[in-house]
Amino acid sequence: MTDKAEKYQRVAYYPGCALEGTGHAYNRSTKAVGKKLGLDLVEVDNWNCCGAMEVKNVDPKIQTYLSSRVMSIAANEMDMDVVMAPCNGCYHNLKKAEYDLTNDDQSVAVVDKLSKKAGHKTYESGQVETIHALDWIKDAIGEDGLRERVKNSLSGLKVANYYGCMYTRPRHIFPEKDQGNGSESTSKPHFMDDLLAAAGAENVDFPLKTACCGGAHTLSDSDTSTKLVLNILRAAKLSGADVIATECPTCHSGLEMHQIRAEKKFGEKVDVKILYFTQLLGMALGLKPRKVGVHENISKSMPLLKEKGIA
Amino acid sequence: MRTLFELEQAIDAVKVDDDPVVAAEELLSIGEEVLENWIVAKDGVPTDETREGFRLLALHRQGTKNDPSFNACRETCRELAYYFNLITLDPDATATTNRTAMMKMISNHLYLFISGKLQVAQLGDFCCSAKPIRMADQDNTQELEGV
Repeated sequence: MTDKAEKYQRVAYYPGCALEGTGHAYNRSTKAVGKKLGLDLVEVDNWNCCGAMEVKNVDPKIQTYLSSRVMSIAANEMDMDVVMAPCNGCYHNLKKAEYDLTNDDQSVAVVDKLSKKAGHKTYESGQVETIHALDWIKDAIGEDGLRERVKNSLSGLKVANYYGCMYTRPRHIFPEKDQGNGSESTSKPHFMDDLLAAAGAENVDFPLKTACCGGAHTLSDSDTSTKLVLNILRAAKLSGADVIATECPTCHSGLEMHQIRAEKKFGEKVDVKILYFTQLLGMALGLKPRKVGVHENISKSMPLLKEKGIA
Repeated sequence: MRTLFELEQAIDAVKVDDDPVVAAEELLSIGEEVLENWIVAKDGVPTDETREGFRLLALHRQGTKNDPSFNACRETCRELAYYFNLITLDPDATATTNRTAMMKMISNHLYLFISGKLQVAQLGDFCCSAKPIRMADQDNTQELEGV
């Protein structure tokens, strides 16, 4: 077992707000997959919002503080050295806070001041490593480890892997990416492709895998969001995909909701199913669809999963 | 330079089963003009330079200056260039019609993103939330002095 694999066997789990709401199926399936793989998830005590959207517009340094508090609890109160965040927004913001606390003295000063006022230890850069659920499974188990554990191959299922725009951008906050063999690519991410291929899925060539889904404007400019999603759905269909696999609750909800809205608003139905990659992995590992929250999705994928012999 | 409305119509008008090289050149040109619209709207003069052989990529680079959230369409531009190469370097390939249809969707995505961003400036900001830090808003820090 590599050092990283050993380190990731037990991680602090930061689900974030979305996974308690619209992304609950992602929460359920991540925990179920972790348990099935024998990986230990210890939820961060009394965690708070990472400051994903609104707070940033009020004051970006408060966002840095909010993310730092989560890391501080993991490091200083739980004695953990890895925080795993399955949500792209949380993952991105924790990484950004880490970057800013390493490179920006003003951020360090503000976080220190707010941490003292809040009565907890100030997070210092480097105390924890923030990883995504993709890093977690890829490094703790790996493709070979997954292949050995697959009981219900995803063979015959064509998957378009959609990473969204936050998993790899901006590049400078992800220093571990683009480091050659074995590392993730910021221009052509592949970790989800690798994991699902190990579970037997056939990945299709999907050029919009990191394209904007308009998630942040789903309320303020719904038509733009719907058109962006519709274009992603069409491209996935054209690429031959049965399913779009997701790894971000905002993207996932956006794809599901705007798929329906596109039909109502523009009269176009694109029949491609949307599932979290953890749901697909869970079923490949032998978990029942209900155990990974397929019934919680808006996208009705059970007929397809039965047809493919996965459910 | 065509207007965004004209470019939307031009994307719709591209026939994927006609001459693939003509279609690919038109879609690449549309991509460039979409980016030109963004640069002109920001009081810039669109560059004639190329980057990695593509004016499209040089225009994207130019559009990103002072607005990191514009990077949310970086890979879309690169995919457009990639599909242009796939189609024009081997127009007789069996996959060409499919590739042209895909290039049309990529071009449409670029159009939707940038036209959306011209209406709602923050489109893409969620993705590139390091922007405020990079722009170092002194006022924010001063406000927090009293915390």
